[in-house]
Amino acid sequence: MLKSLLTGTALAAGLGFAAQAETVHIANIAELSGAGAAAGSVWADGVHLAIDEINESGGILGMKVDMREYDSQTDPLQSRALVQKAIDEGAFALLGTVYSSSTVVNMLVAQQNGIPQFTGSEAPSITEKGNPYIFRTTFGAQKGMPKIGAYLKDTLGVTKIAIAWANTEYGKGGHDAFSAVAEEMGLDIVADVASEQGQADFSADVLKIKNSGAEAVFVYLTEEESARFLIEAEKQGLDVPKVGDTVLTSQKVIDLAGGAAEGALGHVGLSADAPVPLLQEMDAKFTERFGYRPDHNAIKGYIGAYSIKYGAEIVGEIDSQKLTDAMHGLCLDAEEYPGVLMDICWDENGEVARESFMVEVKNDAQEITTILPPN
Amino acid sequence: MAELLQILVSGLSAGAIYALAAVGFTLLWQASQTINFAQGEFVMLPAFFVLAGMTIFGLPLWAAILTALVLSLVVLGAMFKKLIVEPMLPHGTLPLVIATIALGILMKESVKEFYSAQGQPFPPLFPQHVINFFGASISIQDICNLVVAFAAIISLQLFLGRTRTGRAMQATAQDPRVAEILGVDVKKMVMYTFLINGALAAIASILISPVYLAKFSNGETLGMIAFIAAIVGGFNQIKGALLGGLLIGVIDNLAAVYVSAEYRTAIPLILLIVIIMVRPQGILGTPEGRTV
Repeated sequence: MLKSLLTGTALAAGLGFAAQAETVHIANIAELSGAGAAAGSVWADGVHLAIDEINESGGILGMKVDMREYDSQTDPLQSRALVQKAIDEGAFALLGTVYSSSTVVNMLVAQQNGIPQFTGSEAPSITEKGNPYIFRTTFGAQKGMPKIGAYLKDTLGVTKIAIAWANTEYGKGGHDAFSAVAEEMGLDIVADVASEQGQADFSADVLKIKNSGAEAVFVYLTEEESARFLIEAEKQGLDVPKVGDTVLTSQKVIDLAGGAAEGALGHVGLSADAPVPLLQEMDAKFTERFGYRPDHNAIKGYIGAYSIKYGAEIVGEIDSQKLTDAMHGLCLDAEEYPGVLMDICWDENGEVARESFMVEVKNDAQEITTILPPN
Repeated sequence: MAELLQILVSGLSAGAIYALAAVGFTLLWQASQTINFAQGEFVMLPAFFVLAGMTIFGLPLWAAILTALVLSLVVLGAMFKKLIVEPMLPHGTLPLVIATIALGILMKESVKEFYSAQGQPFPPLFPQHVINFFGASISIQDICNLVVAFAAIISLQLFLGRTRTGRAMQATAQDPRVAEILGVDVKKMVMYTFLINGALAAIASILISPVYLAKFSNGETLGMIAFIAAIVGGFNQIKGALLGGLLIGVIDNLAAVYVSAEYRTAIPLILLIVIIMVRPQGILGTPEGRTV
């Protein structure tokens, strides 16, 4: 009796181990609620699409992906605890978070545990801290700012600029990077207006900018705040060009702001409207499945999941450290690795180099005006 | 001067909407000694009734608004009174306060669950035009919000002061026992108060959501501002709540433009502290309380 019980237990344990060994555990820590839900839940949908595709096509190295999702509630401390939880539960690689304020806090936990983390965050500081385990899924804000500065000065011909920015890690990073570029290019910042995360009333912010004499406004806010800013700008008749980096002209902001987003200009790293066949294919699949169009965050989540797959397959085994080492200096050609959608390279800091686009919002969609080379 | 005029109009427009929610606070307090800490969520929910009417049932905007108004009367007025206030009130004010806090959390999480945590676009009710007035660009939407909110509050004042039912409601608020002796149907009057609060919350929600977007967490800020407005103006006076709402709307905008955008949220709290220290009954409140 005892023998058969032990045999049964051993068999069950063996089967359990076998089942566990056939899956690869990846964790996605995202802003599924709270102020960052507009970014995090879209990112999560991008991840879901990619993971399901990966599993349908045989998984990673023949193993199915077991993707577990954690809601950071847009709370940096909560995100830190969840990264630790995900690692304790056996995650081999991490996806998320999207909000830089969370990522700067939780990436230290991933670093201490030696787990590679693929983030959607864009604050310059993320890749400036010398953390070898962090990898972006799109380039940091500092890469887009010189392109935006040149566009404002050379194309729009403005000299007086206002900045509306979010008083968060993400916003501060973009604000500082843009201010440095503006100073370098001789652009005069006549209004510098910070707003809080989750701010609902932008009437005073817009009024301040309107009365500053600014010839254009650089908007560096997160999704819902960008939409509220654009709605208020339309309400108050702020008729100077509104220029942003990635978020301002994203599909999410266009959907939220409705007609108020019309004419907004921006530099974007990823756009479903880009003339790139793989991006358009992903756009179609995403729209069919989720009933709305993917924005840059959805595309980042999708690319992040595929980057883990390709990195692990290049290494040839499921090993967090080897994946981390392989990612530094890695370039993936979209023809050979279609899940990355566009050719992409990571440098020694986990920073990304890739083509980008200048866009204008026309008829509730992004219209690509210029394709810019990687920098 | 033009800038100041713009700030005033914009602040009054936002303040008038805060006042609608603040008036609801004072009404419920007067009628049934209820401090409704779910008032912010009461302002958040009707916008989702409108969106559900439009997206799920395909109603045009005007029909969705009417439906939302009726639903608000039923859910935020009658059901709130029957299911929460009546069973909890005999146990004292504190259990009722805790019950309304719990209700607020339930409403917030339910909207998040059924309608997602993301902000939702809300169709504008008024033209998105700007008119030039003495050099100031005044938004038509701000003017319309101000007019609608004021019309609602003035109608309420007229109803309370000029109609038999309104006077019976005031008598109930002043002393329910005496009112009952005089033949007033006290239970019905209290129910009317809850229905009015539901309607005011719905109007505030529909006015504010085109600019703030409809989001499950909107009630957190709105509830706090309305509560502060009611205390600043005077918790036992409708005109006090109106003044408190307008004052906070204007001061918030003035602070953001002339003092600091970063510290704007602190200004209403500073005002609250000053009022509590200098005039605890509020600017227009009376120490003895209990008049609508």
